[in-house]
Amino acid sequence: MKNLLKAPVLWYKSGSPWIWLNGGAVTICMLMVIGLLGLIAVRGFGHFWPSEIIQTSVTDNTGHKQLIMGEVVRDEVISAAVARDNGFTVPEGRELIKRYLMKLGNRDITSRDFTWVLEMGMDEWKYPKDAVAIERREWGNFYGFLVGITENGKSVLAVDAPNFWDEVDARTKRSLKLHDQIAHIEKVQIGSINNKIQELKLEHRRLELKKVSAEKLAEADAHLAEEKTALEAEYEVIKRERDVITQEAKRDQLIAKTADGKEVALPWDHLVRITRPNSMSVIAKTGDYLTRFWEFMTTEPREANTEGGIFPAIFGTFIMVIIMAIIVTPFGVLAAIYLREYARDGWFLRVIRISVYNLAGVPSIVYGVFGLGFFVYYLGGNLDQLFFAETLPSPTFGTPGLFWASLTLALLTLPIVIVSTEEGLSRIPSTIRQGSLALGATKTETLWKVVVPLATPAMMTGLILAIARAAGEVAPLMLVGVVKLAPALPVDGNYPYLHLDQKIMHLGFHIYDVGFQSPNVEAARPLVYATSLILVLLIVSLNVTAIKIRNNLRERYRSASD
Amino acid sequence: MSQPMTTAAKTSDLMPSAEQRAKLRRWRNIKDKFSGYGIMTAGIAVVGSLALIFVYLFSEVTPLLRGASVDVQKTYSLPVVETASPAEFISLERYEEIGTAYHKNGTVQFFNAVDGTALSRQQVPKAADAEFTTLASSESTHGLVAYGYNNGEVAVVKAKYELSYLDDKRVVTPNLSFPLGEQAFVLDANKAAIAVLAIQETSGGTVLSAATSDDRLVLGVVSTKTNAITEETTSSTEVFNLPALPAGEHVTHMQIDDAGRYLVVANDKAQLYLYNITKPAAAERYEPVTVESGKVTAMRFLVSTGSLAIGTDQGQISQWLMVRDKNNKYHVTHVRDFKPLSGPVTHIAPEFSRRGFWAADDKGDIGIYYGTSSRTLLIKSMGSNPITHIGLSPINGRVLLLDNTQKVSMAKVWNEHPEVSFSMLWEKVWYEGRDAPDYIWQASSGSDNFEAKMSFVPLSLGTLKAALFAILFAVPIGVMGAIYTAYFMTPKLRGMVKPTIEIMAALPSVILGFLAGLWLAPFLENHLPAIFCILLIVPLVMLIVGFTWSQLPLSIRASIPEGWEAAILVIPVILTIWACIDISPHLEIWFFNGSLPQWFTTNGIKFEQRNALVVGLVMGFAVIPSIFSIAEDAVFSVPRHLTQGSLALGATRWQTMRGVVLPTASPGIFSAVMMGFGRAVGETMIVLMATGNSPVVNFNIFEGMRTLSANIAVEMPETAVASTHFRVLFLAALLLLALTFIVNTVAEIVRQGLRKRYSNL
Repeated sequence: MKNLLKAPVLWYKSGSPWIWLNGGAVTICMLMVIGLLGLIAVRGFGHFWPSEIIQTSVTDNTGHKQLIMGEVVRDEVISAAVARDNGFTVPEGRELIKRYLMKLGNRDITSRDFTWVLEMGMDEWKYPKDAVAIERREWGNFYGFLVGITENGKSVLAVDAPNFWDEVDARTKRSLKLHDQIAHIEKVQIGSINNKIQELKLEHRRLELKKVSAEKLAEADAHLAEEKTALEAEYEVIKRERDVITQEAKRDQLIAKTADGKEVALPWDHLVRITRPNSMSVIAKTGDYLTRFWEFMTTEPREANTEGGIFPAIFGTFIMVIIMAIIVTPFGVLAAIYLREYARDGWFLRVIRISVYNLAGVPSIVYGVFGLGFFVYYLGGNLDQLFFAETLPSPTFGTPGLFWASLTLALLTLPIVIVSTEEGLSRIPSTIRQGSLALGATKTETLWKVVVPLATPAMMTGLILAIARAAGEVAPLMLVGVVKLAPALPVDGNYPYLHLDQKIMHLGFHIYDVGFQSPNVEAARPLVYATSLILVLLIVSLNVTAIKIRNNLRERYRSASD
Repeated sequence: MSQPMTTAAKTSDLMPSAEQRAKLRRWRNIKDKFSGYGIMTAGIAVVGSLALIFVYLFSEVTPLLRGASVDVQKTYSLPVVETASPAEFISLERYEEIGTAYHKNGTVQFFNAVDGTALSRQQVPKAADAEFTTLASSESTHGLVAYGYNNGEVAVVKAKYELSYLDDKRVVTPNLSFPLGEQAFVLDANKAAIAVLAIQETSGGTVLSAATSDDRLVLGVVSTKTNAITEETTSSTEVFNLPALPAGEHVTHMQIDDAGRYLVVANDKAQLYLYNITKPAAAERYEPVTVESGKVTAMRFLVSTGSLAIGTDQGQISQWLMVRDKNNKYHVTHVRDFKPLSGPVTHIAPEFSRRGFWAADDKGDIGIYYGTSSRTLLIKSMGSNPITHIGLSPINGRVLLLDNTQKVSMAKVWNEHPEVSFSMLWEKVWYEGRDAPDYIWQASSGSDNFEAKMSFVPLSLGTLKAALFAILFAVPIGVMGAIYTAYFMTPKLRGMVKPTIEIMAALPSVILGFLAGLWLAPFLENHLPAIFCILLIVPLVMLIVGFTWSQLPLSIRASIPEGWEAAILVIPVILTIWACIDISPHLEIWFFNGSLPQWFTTNGIKFEQRNALVVGLVMGFAVIPSIFSIAEDAVFSVPRHLTQGSLALGATRWQTMRGVVLPTASPGIFSAVMMGFGRAVGETMIVLMATGNSPVVNFNIFEGMRTLSANIAVEMPETAVASTHFRVLFLAALLLLALTFIVNTVAEIVRQGLRKRYSNL
């Protein structure tokens, strides 16, 4: 017995167990990070892969048999107790049950687009070749079989016609094109006219506020009314054009039937994509995958953000971060140069430096509260009084918006830029500085021609880290200008082109909103993963770049200071 | 250069002339100065703007601490001054322009509240031979005023203010209406004089109660119907006799609640009786409670009639709540006292939409009080004449004070934030409708008369709870990982681990929060035993693998040198975790009747899907990198000669670590933990998404919490600017800022001290 214990006791006394436990901590850390990134990658990328349509039948508690058709979202094993809690009858003796979450679509018909189905009582799975998945602008996906095509209510083609599927593709293309035309007219042309009419109203109000004489006002009003009539006439023309196209788009209908044989007519102008995943080859699927991914990145969201793309969110994040970078870079760099090169050493500088460092650790929501109170209500309110009095009481800058969001984030990331730049400046060997001064350069010349260029990579690192932080930050943005659905992009063709007062969408907030405020969580889930993936890719690549630059920098100065 | 060239001139040819050089030098100097000042200005501006955050948050919070102020702007006599018929009641309408004085002789005089000029005048109905005996008013929002007469009759009137716009200017026209008919009606069938009267508008009609001069109590319920076509109101009155007070006791004050369920009666022996009048025909009188501070001289229900403000002949002011006991029986319970006035209290006026009230005494003092926050906001002497009545306005901007010489003082009021006090934020508060004092956060509700409950205790405890569980998870992993990475790991592996940790730090919290809420929370609910298994078994597996490794033949061990332990563990750990998850449902079946969450619930432990365990794990994940990188830095910077000395003396690697490295680096590790704590305290999105956000006061790991930061995120967008709620949220932000700032500063100072120590070694 003693001999048996000897080895473990010796091993224990050497302290090796602790080393292994410490090593294990690192292992767990790494596994968590990689697991998390992997999870997001698999779920995010997987979302776009056209999954196969399964047809089967389920027998429920009462012996009622039901035909179902759809995609398997995921499966899990639950204990019989949980299943019984959820209202299923499970025979005694059965302990574990597998269940599948099926995406059945057809929300307009059954209103149960996601359903948990027990493996028990399920028939064999069939993959009918002709089963179609139809992506629609409303009501989510449709699963079923096609029956035929009607034009203005008259049947023109049945499913057994040889050119049926080509015709489906052609008509889908046509309807998408018409839809784009309508969107263009509504967004760009009508939007621009509305904008001009609004501007006329404001012009009138502006004159009133200026307290011009009554005759002058009447004169101006007559002129404004004239312009308005012209614009309204223009609007009528465009509207008629749009109505014609809308009518055109309503021409086709697709007749389809559900798994249990119910026939429905789907208006073609509501259809986005019609695929038969069960008969697609891997290459076709890859092509489909890529178009779907592209569409996700470039189109606008539909159905309360649970379908469609995330382009406005990407664009909003992008523009917000750019404006933030423009604000934060000069101030952060100048502040760092001041702290490192100009400020006199002493306890006061130490206090300031510690405070600036600590501000990096202040909760971001505090910045949000500050931004809302000070920027939006105080600064914005006063700006409105001074420059936008004609639109009051509806606020222009006195409400959360793009500029305030950027400014708040600039404040939030200021410590990051300062710290990083300062570190860069402190790494520059004093010999280089002294050399420059010895050659007769002034302090300013030394600074701007020698020190700052050498510290540029450090500034870049700081800026990149700041951008990465800003892109992922959500809590303060919820208060200062990010919304779930912005009516328009902050950049458009109407003067002044960049609308700093507009509310924007944001990737991070999109994740929060779709994942947690959406009425249909199951439908939203894959989209949230995909959005997360985009955000993670963005932030990880920014950070990797920053790390690379910094490491190069360190190498460079290691040799320079030797 | 037109001069003939010499050799000297040739060299100077390349150089600018002395004059030019001087000019250039001057220019360079100017640039130098300019740039220097420019940078200084920018630097100071940046530092200043960061300091502005503190200043601004503070400035938003300070109004909460201010009390109230009352500035008399004008004093004038009432338009009608007859010593025989003084005003018995005055009020002020919502635009604070028109005052209304109800005189003893039935004259209702409207007057301009600003300068006292008379406006219209109307008369309260009364039988020809009747004489005024008493007056009562309902809850301020309903504005009913009842006159009681010596023939047992009462008349009820209500002042109405009609709003119209003339040339874009607001015109308020006052008018007297008679909601219960234009005649006085009989309340006491015996025709005894009405000594004390109370009136209240309830959902079941207007309820009046009266004490007669012969010490009987009657209750009248008047229900009115308005004919839709003729707009004529017909009212029907039912009168009930209530049990009288014991012989020898006389009623001095009465109040009815707005549900028509309870009548509170004060007698001349400093006692309060509660009558249950839910069924008026079988009304019940409960045992009396004694008012310790003297005879009741003023008593009013506060808005929504959940509590009473009582003033006594000793000037004491107290608040009493209607508290329900276990048998569903209500009691009038004394809950708090306020700063007393110097003389007997003459009048109490409740505010319109919040739990505040004003009191006046016969020495000419007034006091402003707030119930929920137990605050006495102001006590001020308004002169030497006793104040008899106070006319408050619904928006608390102006007040009319009437003294016994029929003079009105019109005063401007600032009383924006009476709802907040230290005790309200941090101590247990007895709210209306609750059976005991409690810590509650419920800052808003749909109803106007809602009593805001703003205790920081649930939020602060929630913050600590979340941070605590996160730290519990993150500290062992972060610190141990840091020790290993800094000291035992091979440089090659270290070069891979460190960037990964940086990526981990950069992951946005919204992504972690979303995974916590949508992936981890449901997963844990279904695999709860797995997580406990993992926590127990994984360390064990590490030890087993380590021991097995040490027993392997040297030839195998030599193939992987020291410093790769972490890599060796990867596969065993993955397998263990997988096995734990796989076995989890079986464990539930074998030991917990099929479902562990269910088992917890049946054993009295509340279980929520989004709970502190999820937050602990995910926020722990978010905090690990902060702890890791600082601790790693501290351990790694321990001077080599110390460790080499220890190793040379024959200590093992771990002994060196424990005996030399850890003691030296411990301040750094401490500061790492502090930084991690600071990060956990302020984290918003993870807790927002991974918990149910219910403000609970407990440390149950299977329940959620609401933290200060999540609370701000949830409520800030919906609150009205500059309201008390808005400022309280600013206070929460300031609190967070101060807390994290202190924690981080301590950590930073410790760290700098450590750095200095290293450089000395």
